[in-house]
Amino acid sequence: MAEKNDFEPNIVAFLCNWCSYAGADLAGTSRIQYPSNVRVIRVMCSGRVNPLFIMNALQQGADGVLISGCHPGDCHYMQGNYYARRRFNLMRNFLEHLGVEPQRVRMSWVSASEGAKWKEVIEEVREGVKEVGPMDQFKRRQLNW
Amino acid sequence: MNGKPRIGVYVCHCGTNIAGTVDVEEVVKFAQTLPDVTVARNYSYMCSDPGQALITDDIEKAGLNRVVVASCSPRMHEPTFRKTLLSGGLNPYFLEMANIREQCSWVHSDPIAATEKAKRVVEAAVVKSRRLEPLDAKEVDVEPSCLVIGAGIAGIQAALDIADAGFKVYLVEKEPSVGGHMIQLDKTFPTLDCSACIMTPKMVDVNNHPNIELMTYSQVEEIGGYIGNFDIKVRKKSRYVDVNKCTGCGDCADACRMAGRFPNEFDEGMGMRGAIYMPFPQAVPAKYTIDKEGCLFLTKGKCGESPKCKDACQAGAINFDLEDEVVEFKVGTIIVATGYDVFDASLKPEYAYGVYDNVLTALEFERLVNASGPTGGKVTMIERGKKKKKKEGEEEEPPKVPESITFIQCVGSRDKSVGNEYCSRVCCMYTAKLAHLVKDKVGHDCDVTIFYMDVRAFGKGFEEFYDRVRREGVKYIRGNPSEIYKRGDKLIVRAEDTLTSTPLEHETDMVVLSVGLVPRRDNREIIDLLKLSQTSDLFYMEAHPKLRPVDTASDGVYLAGVCQGPKDIPDAVAQAKGAASAAMIPMASGKVKVEAQTSFVDEATCRGCGFCVELCPYTAIELVEVNRMGWPVNVARVNEALCKGCGACAAACLSGSIQQRSFKDWQLLPQIQALGVK
Repeated sequence: MAEKNDFEPNIVAFLCNWCSYAGADLAGTSRIQYPSNVRVIRVMCSGRVNPLFIMNALQQGADGVLISGCHPGDCHYMQGNYYARRRFNLMRNFLEHLGVEPQRVRMSWVSASEGAKWKEVIEEVREGVKEVGPMDQFKRRQLNW
Repeated sequence: MNGKPRIGVYVCHCGTNIAGTVDVEEVVKFAQTLPDVTVARNYSYMCSDPGQALITDDIEKAGLNRVVVASCSPRMHEPTFRKTLLSGGLNPYFLEMANIREQCSWVHSDPIAATEKAKRVVEAAVVKSRRLEPLDAKEVDVEPSCLVIGAGIAGIQAALDIADAGFKVYLVEKEPSVGGHMIQLDKTFPTLDCSACIMTPKMVDVNNHPNIELMTYSQVEEIGGYIGNFDIKVRKKSRYVDVNKCTGCGDCADACRMAGRFPNEFDEGMGMRGAIYMPFPQAVPAKYTIDKEGCLFLTKGKCGESPKCKDACQAGAINFDLEDEVVEFKVGTIIVATGYDVFDASLKPEYAYGVYDNVLTALEFERLVNASGPTGGKVTMIERGKKKKKKEGEEEEPPKVPESITFIQCVGSRDKSVGNEYCSRVCCMYTAKLAHLVKDKVGHDCDVTIFYMDVRAFGKGFEEFYDRVRREGVKYIRGNPSEIYKRGDKLIVRAEDTLTSTPLEHETDMVVLSVGLVPRRDNREIIDLLKLSQTSDLFYMEAHPKLRPVDTASDGVYLAGVCQGPKDIPDAVAQAKGAASAAMIPMASGKVKVEAQTSFVDEATCRGCGFCVELCPYTAIELVEVNRMGWPVNVARVNEALCKGCGACAAACLSGSIQQRSFKDWQLLPQIQALGVK
């Protein structure tokens, strides 16, 4: 196992198209530099994220998972981010129950105008995951999806 | 078409935007090793014509049936490349984009890390593209009518343009009269056009236009549906005056027992009105309104023997039994033109607004110099609050004329301490205009001083006007005053002249605070109705700051005027015309494509539990009874015209029967796997 300090986690992020993905794009347009640990999957709404995706990502090599959507009240689809939040909390409790550190799975609200906040979120998530080290509670063999 | 996937991967250099950080050659080499990738190329600008021609050629020659473009954000160029696929004879939904610019090369300076990440992102796109399926975007008819919310200059202009083009317009205004802030102004910079003179003809036009249904004193309560077919509910608040009978003569206002008891909002509280009032003489429609909070009869149930206004009205227009009316109609497009509030100067306590009578906001001063304002256009020292009762026979002193007036710019703009970092764009010029009006109306011996941070005279004719005002003897002092206090009956402005670094105390009779423009306090209502985003300054957010300045993230909803960000009258009018033409595109074509990435149900596995039905924010899913092997069972069914493609149902389905097209579990899971690789 690598030393905790030079361990660079691999984080899979699910971003909603309207707020967080646009916010991450704005960080790019503003040339705000942040660590390259995060790899993004674009969904139309954070409400599309099935909690099992979190589990799946952790099984397939991600050390951390981030779900980011619109601020409460700003969801492009009215309430999708509330669904996401509720499912996320249940899933996180369940993962904790299984022995997965809660720092690994994070949820944030980043709006389309919050490029700087996106950077902060990434740095925070990266720090959190670095603290707990690589994810090796449950790995699965490469499945042929 | 749906045989074995043949994927083409195109890595864009974007000049040096991507190639400067990401090793595009290496990404291409990597892409060639991925299964099912037939062609992998890099090119300097994929979005250029030759770049797009690469794709169409390869579709033809190499028989590609999937395309992955690794370039900028799909929010930027997805529509471009979808069109490319279409012109190459492929279904546009066989495109997958890998964002290696905004979320990779622009944010990571380390070439090795950026290249590694780009590879992962490209691979994720490739594995997803392998499972993409052709979709067809359905078309719906567009209701040829438009709702315009807010009837200031932007809303009026947009409504007139659309109505002149022959479409029906519903123009909804909260206040009793149309006109917005512009009709409060006296003159407009830099041409000194009289604001009312250029505004009132337009106000009359919206009232008389056969294609415009004007609803004043009304509020939009509900908005449902989608582009082409919005369902609108508007509450027309009761004026307790029958507008069909009211002649606008004003006998009722003279008779009202409460006459002169309430501050008139239109005069920024400088003038007074009764409980029944018309906000200003040129109001459109020229009808009277009873203020529910102020009217004795409506609050106490009794107004002397009988309500005086009712007795005075010969037309018999006053009717206390009139109820609010709720109207419902359908429109195809919506223009939001809700305007702004001026900055609340009491948030800067050092300027003593609200403490000293003669510290005014610029909008109050605008009413003071206005010929139809509370003083008939005479600039005098003002007394706020209740007037002292005169004793019998006592002569009233004529109000004093100020000998010196001081303006302070940037109150509430460019000021982090109140949370407004932006420049309000109009204050420099309206301050210069007001300074000119003082020299003009009060006289050239009236001393006018302006404290400023910078003067921004950027528009057409602005600099010339600023020069003219300085030639008229207006003094400009560069410095941001720190406080205002009173010495005797004079106001003292304490500041530093930052050009000479000398502290100074400036004595003056009257201080005018050039307040900035801020988002309306009631913006939340519109945001909740329409799901608009806000920029960091809390004005409404446009779809793209440069290229789609009047559109929003919601199809069919457009912005005009200051609600999108501070601007002057010509800019607001220009944007209103832009919003009008944007709204006319779907209305003129009569058809609009709706979301293709909708949800659908596999009825063979659906258990009919109804989870998705409850979740759907658009009530697009219903349970229907079908025959399964001779047994009647309930299954979910999606109405694709209503589905907006959020996918909340797909995440909730316990059997995985309901899936979102292009975002199926089966398409997202390989992406997760590809990104999970170290």
